[in-house]
Order: sequence, then structure tokens, then C-alpha cells
Amino acid sequence: MSKSSPKGKWLFWVILIVFFIFLGRVWQLQIIEGEKYRQLADKNRLRLEKVLPPRGKIFDRKGRLIVGNKPSFDLFMVPADLKGKEGFARELSSLLDLSEKEILKRINDARSPFEMVRIKKDLSFEELSRISAHLWDFPALRIVVSPTRVYPQGPVAPHLIGTVGEITQEEIRRLRDKGYEVGDYIGKSGLELQYEELLRGKKGGRQVEVDAFGRRVRILQEIDPQPGWDLYLNIDLELQLKAQSLLEGKRGAIVAMDPRSGEILAIASSPSFDPREFGRFMDPQKWRSLEKDPSRPLINRAIQGIYPPGSVFKIIVALAALTMGQVEPQERFYCPGYFTLGNRTFRCWKEEGHGSVTLYKGIVQSCDVYFYQLGLRIGPKAMIEFAKWFGLGDFNGIDLPGEKKGFLPSPQREKWFGGDTVVMAIGQGRLAVTPLQLVTFITAIANDGRLYRPFLLREAKEASGKIIHFNPQLKGEVPISQEVFQVVKTALEGVVEDPQGTGRASRLEGVKVAGKTGTAQVRGMPQRVKDPLSLPYEHRDHAWFVAYADADHPSIAVSVLVEHGGTGGGTAAPLARELIKYWLNTRP
Amino acid sequence: MKWWLRDFSGLIYLLSLLAIGLINLWSASTTIGVSLFTKQLIWVVIGSALGLWCYLADYKQFENIAYYLYFGAVFLLGLLYPLGVEIEGAKRWLGFAGFYIQPSEFAKLGLIVVLARYFSKRPVQEDLSLSELGLPILMVLLPFCLVVFQPDLGTGLVLVGILGIVTLWIGVEKRAILFLGVLASLGCVGGWFLLKDYQKQRIISFLDPWKDPLGTGYHLIQSKIAIGSGGLWGKGLGLGTQARLGFLPEYHTDFVFALLGEEWGFVGAAFVILLFLGFLFWAFETAQKAKDAFGRFLAMGITSLFFLHVTINMGMTLGLLPVVGLPLPFFSYGGSCMVVSLIAVGLLLSIRKKRRFFG
Repeated sequence: MSKSSPKGKWLFWVILIVFFIFLGRVWQLQIIEGEKYRQLADKNRLRLEKVLPPRGKIFDRKGRLIVGNKPSFDLFMVPADLKGKEGFARELSSLLDLSEKEILKRINDARSPFEMVRIKKDLSFEELSRISAHLWDFPALRIVVSPTRVYPQGPVAPHLIGTVGEITQEEIRRLRDKGYEVGDYIGKSGLELQYEELLRGKKGGRQVEVDAFGRRVRILQEIDPQPGWDLYLNIDLELQLKAQSLLEGKRGAIVAMDPRSGEILAIASSPSFDPREFGRFMDPQKWRSLEKDPSRPLINRAIQGIYPPGSVFKIIVALAALTMGQVEPQERFYCPGYFTLGNRTFRCWKEEGHGSVTLYKGIVQSCDVYFYQLGLRIGPKAMIEFAKWFGLGDFNGIDLPGEKKGFLPSPQREKWFGGDTVVMAIGQGRLAVTPLQLVTFITAIANDGRLYRPFLLREAKEASGKIIHFNPQLKGEVPISQEVFQVVKTALEGVVEDPQGTGRASRLEGVKVAGKTGTAQVRGMPQRVKDPLSLPYEHRDHAWFVAYADADHPSIAVSVLVEHGGTGGGTAAPLARELIKYWLNTRP
Repeated sequence: MKWWLRDFSGLIYLLSLLAIGLINLWSASTTIGVSLFTKQLIWVVIGSALGLWCYLADYKQFENIAYYLYFGAVFLLGLLYPLGVEIEGAKRWLGFAGFYIQPSEFAKLGLIVVLARYFSKRPVQEDLSLSELGLPILMVLLPFCLVVFQPDLGTGLVLVGILGIVTLWIGVEKRAILFLGVLASLGCVGGWFLLKDYQKQRIISFLDPWKDPLGTGYHLIQSKIAIGSGGLWGKGLGLGTQARLGFLPEYHTDFVFALLGEEWGFVGAAFVILLFLGFLFWAFETAQKAKDAFGRFLAMGITSLFFLHVTINMGMTLGLLPVVGLPLPFFSYGGSCMVVSLIAVGLLLSIRKKRRFFG
């Protein structure tokens, strides 16, 4: 450098050092840490979006669609990306079927500026196209597509089908190994839960490039999702709807089964709910009111409601007594209208008494006094054992979650008195069964002891055409002789056909129906009740009717329960009749 | 070495920087809008014409009109208060006929000229005493105050920096250094309380950008990601995802070097750093070798101007200094900076010409 300013030479070194620091820095950032920053840049711009698969559809036995899918377009916004609430709300309300005030309210309800706030769910097609056209004017808006269940036939067996919802934290923890993540949908109840593995399908993925606002710029790569398996049920749509309509306005359940296989043809529970209100955006108030409703509409009474079997249990007592040789069919008992054991008196339902009663008459007219004595002869242990053979008080193994076991007392382990035996012989006391158990039971009678597992799913089909068949499953055979069954079955036919039969209300022209009524006491009445309607609703008896038809070649078995319905013959039997008639008439 | 090679090697640095800067800006314009590039081209033409005029004319004329230039620029700065166009909270621009000029850029040149004139009038080879520094400090303080309240901290720093570098280069008495050092430290402490909140935030976030990655640390982080992700060879022209997708803010102005680093990689970034280094040495040499005092101080002022701009801008972009809004000469979009830079180069060439003729 020049001699003119020797003092200034230091600046040369300063410049040199500064620029070498810069060189070192770019070397550090781009060469040494380049990979790290490249990944950070990719993280900025690349998003892996999952593509939810369409869930498997659900059809009835004849291939009629019960549950399908449709995309639901829901409008969200990110408060952080918002410039001026009022203007936003004003402009948006002109595009939506939603008032400015409502939009403002939703924005103000936001918990955090980065959390998406839902403005409107399930946009109509018009709204969607208007919004899409203006999406770039509203950088705060997001449209989220979520697959939603549709029910083209309305609510068909909602208890059975169940509901689908967004996965919860708890479910994610439990099911992480199966690839569930936040934002997935999962079956919450019913078949949707039972067959989640088949229905869910396989998620696809999409790698997209987004800009700094998170808006998609382009799709880089896409893997298609695989739809879930379609389910074909044993349910017959028309019979199901018939069963539902029969229960309208009542509390109760109806189960219909094909006795030759255990296929469930219909399963109805009332009161019911509308599955369309469930899902991701269910109104929490609605949920609470459904949960707290004293009529418990969310319970599937067919498999979760437990009731004393009432007089239906007399079939078991008769079968046991005959098998054990403790009674002859023609042996006569006398019914004066009451029965005394020690210092206790047990009433027959018929005040004036049945007089001289054989087994046939005992079943047909459901004479309580006859069965009190039969019960005492065979004892409680035998009754329980026979009940167990028929699957009462135990899981029937239907392919639905939440099945209740019911209850059979164990006389050897509890304090047991003769009175308990008497009461059990007519199906009261602490016995508790589900409507499903009773239809499985009556099916076994119709089948001379062959016990099928009740099942709902007949076929599952994959989109590729792969099919899984689900076959009937014989659970076992009850060791009771043909002759005994014949005696009891004749009596069951008499229940319906005999002029004195308690189940005459289910008589059908041209079809032989066999059945048994039952009236399950909700609480013991010290006095004979003349007019059941005078009792408060909650104290009225539950009405049962189980039946199968045609009696010689049964193709349908039903159990009907009407809670607080009064007598089985009066309330439940006509419903069974309608259902059987409908089934036999509509079948080809 | 041939005289023309020695004199005009700076021109080669300049033309290379201008060319790369324009290509880089063209790349930015593909997403921002073509008018960005064409406007910048117009400014380059205007600046080149003025620079050429400075080269051909005698820079000595600047000595005569130094105070007019200085006060003219200060007047323009003052005009900002009633007439300035406010963009993102700062009044830095005067607009006319669709063009905007930034008086602060011209103020830097005005200060350089007036300082050069002042220092050229005093006896050489003597260290500056405290009393001799009084007037220069006042000369800086006037535009400094106008600029800092715009607010434009970057330009304020450059104004002080120019005075600092030029005086230290001349030499300052130890007493004066000590005194001014204490004064400056106190000024910094006091200044902290005068800083706007966003300016404080920028300094805090420089120290720890990940503390608030979506807030004030955002610029720093995204800038580093842009440069770092460029790797050795860069992503290619027009393919910088950080800039193009909007993650990197201000990539055509203050953070233009990050765009370069992303698209041109280490190869391009290092080459540009070396070009600036060569250019600065060339400018520094002009100051060291100038025969007349005014030319020497003028060249030194210009050298410090470029040095400060490049250092502060790159330091910020590379995450070595806090975020201070300053353009990178020849690269950032902006007419005033481009015109002033080209005039400054014209003056340097003019000074070298004089040395040749009279040396």
C-alpha cells in the first residue's frame, strides 16, 4: 500500500477478515450444515397429506345399500391468517348461508389463533362452488374434506350398524400399532366397531408442495387409498324396517332369526336415534340429552337389555321335567288359582284357576300353578342346567360388541328357599335374559335342540372382488330326545292355535305358528291387579313373545319384548304375528 | 501492470456484480412481477449515465458544491416527515410520477462529500484531536437524527460507521478515542431505551431466533434455511423454494443474498463474496493511492460506504448480525441505492484517472 497513509493499512485486514468470516459462514451453512437446512426447507414446503379411504359400504342380504359414503366439505378458518374480522365476516356471509353475526361468533370463540375454527359443516354444492371461486381472496379459509356416512334408507337398525367418529386420543394410544393417527375415523359402536378392521380400508398418501400460507401449490406424488371391504348382512332390509315400525312408540326389542342357520334377519330396538346426527360434529348438547334420556335410546335392547324371561322359561321347566322323567305329559295337576308352599301363597295369573291341568294345557294356558309344582319336583339346579344348555344367561356370541350376558342364579352357592324355586319355575325372580338369547333359545326348540350361533355378517367383499363367506356355526346340540321336543312343540303350537291359547293373537291363516307368551314382572304386587293400565308405567309388566313359523318347517323365529307392555299375549304376540306374516308373504 | 488494467479492474468487478445481481433479480421477478426487473434496468441505465458523467467530469467540482449536496440531501430527509410515503410503518420514500426515491441513500453520499471536504482542509499526517472531531460529529448527527426517527436504524448505523472508519483511517488521538468510546457506550445504553419495540425484538431474536420462530426470529431462520438448503451447487435459477413459496421474506430487497445463496449455492455465494472483496480492495486502493487529499477522503468515504452496506447486509442475511434493513449494493431492488452506488463507482474511477494524469 501507499506510503501516504501508513496508518490506514489496518482497514485492509479488517476487510479481509470480515470477508473470510463470510466465506466461512457460507461454507458452514451450505456445505457443513447444508443437508440439515435442505431438510428444513423441505419441511417448510412439503406436506404429507393422508388420503382417507372410503369406508366399506354395508348392504342387506339382498344387496340393498344400508350405509354408504359421501364426502362432506367443511369450512374452517385459521384466525392467525385473518386480516380484519368484520370485513371478513361480511364478505363471507355473502357467500354462505350463514349470517355475519354467526361467523363473528365462531371467530371470537377461537381458543388459539393457530387452531382451525369450524365455520360451517357440510357445505352445500352451491356454497362450495362459491367459496372455491373466492378461496384466494380469503387466505384464512380452509376447506376440509371428510368422508361421511350416508344412510340412503334413513336410520336402518342404527343400534346394529353403530356409528363412526373421529378417533380419540385414548383410541390412538390403544391402536397405534394398527396405524391409526389423529384425524382418522373409526367405528365407535355396533357393526362399525365390530368390523372396523374390514371396513376401514387402507389410507393413501399425497406429497404436496405448499406455500408459506399452507396453500397447496402442486401434488408431487400420490398413493391411492384402498377402500374398505363391503359388508353384506343377513339382515333383510324390508323385514328390518317392518320390525322398526312395529316398535314405533314403544320401548322394546324385536329379533328375527333364520332357525336353519342362525342368520339374524332383523334386529330392532326402540326407542332409537338418528345416526346422521352422530360423527365428527355432533352437537354436544344433543349427545348429552341422548345419553341422559331415561328411555335410553342408545342402548341396543336386543342384546343389551336384560329382563326376566317370564313364562317363556316354562318351556325349559317342561323340557327338563320330561327329560328327567319327573312328569308324564298326561299327568294332571290341579290349579285352584293359587299355590301354597309352607306359609306362602303363590298366585296363578288366572284368578279363578285352571282346574285340572296337563302339560299341554299348562303350556298353552301358561298355568303358573302347574309349573310351580313341576319346578319343585325337578329343583332349581336342573332348571339352571337346562337353561344353560340353551345359552341363557351367557353370551350368544353374536358378532356385535357390547352383548350382555344376562344372569342365572346359582342355587348351590346362594341362600335358596323353596319359594325361590317356585318363582324361578315361572321365569321370575332373579333370572335375566336378553331378547337375543330368547330367539336363540326358541330357534333351538324349533331345531329339536340344534343351537346356532346368531350372526349378522354373511359376506365381505373387497373392491378387487375378493370375497369372504361367513358360514353358520352350530354351537352344539342339546341332549334332549326328539319325543320330548315333540311334546313341547305340540304345546307351543297350541299356544297359538288352541282356542284357549295365550298366544292366539299371533295366529295366522294358513300358517302354523308355534310360540310362547311371557309376562315378566317388574315388581311383585301384593294384591292381584285387575287393570294393569291403572299402574304407573314403570311398574307395568314386560311383555314377551317368542315364536317360530311355519311350525313344521320353520323359516323364521322371532322374539318380541315390549317393556312395560302388559301381557305377552296382548301386546307382544300381535307384533310377532305381523312380522311373521310379513316375512312369509314377501318371501318368494 | 498496465495502467488501464489497474484502473479498470474495478470495473470488471462492478460489471460482474451488476450482471449477477440483475440475473438474480430477474429470477425474483419471475414470481414477483416482470416490472421489478425492468424498473431496476432503468435505474441501472440512469445510474450508469450519472456514474459516467462523474467519471468524465472532475470530481473536484464536488468539493465546491459539497455543502449544497449535503444540505440538499438533509432537506430531502426533512421532507420525508410531511411528505414521505409510509410503507410497513416506516416513512423512507419520496414518491413522484410512479417512482420512489430514498433520500437516505443520497444523504450518505452527501455526508461522504462534506466530510471529505472538511478533512481535506486540515494539515495532513496529524492524528485527529477531539476538537477537530466536533464539526464532523455534528455533520453526522443532523442526518442521523432525521433518519433514525423515520425509523431507519440501518442508515443511521451507516452514517455513524462512515465517520468512524474515515476518522480511524486518518488516525485519532488516543484521548479522543477513549472519550468517544465512553460516550458511544453510554449512547448505546441510552439508545436501547429509545429503540422501537420492533427494533429491540430484532436484536433479541438475533441472539436466539428459535425463541419465537414464527415471530421476529422468522426472517433469520428462513434466511439461513434458504442459504443452507442451496448446498454446493444451489437449486438452480428460478427454483428456490424458500423464496418462491413465500417462506423467505423480502427476497428481492434486503434478503436478496439469501435468494442468491439458495439458487446459486455455495459456488455462487462464495464467488459473489470474492467479487465484493476484490471490489472493496480496489476501492480501498483508490483511497490509499489518491494524490490529493479530497480525492483520498472521498474514496475512503465511498469504500466505507460499500464496506458497511455489504457487511451489514450479508452479516444479517447469514445470521451473523441482527436484522437491520439495508440493501445489498448492485443486488437489492431499489433505484436510489443503485444510482448512488453507480455514482460512487464513477467517482472512484474519476479519482484513479486523476492519479494517473498527475502521478
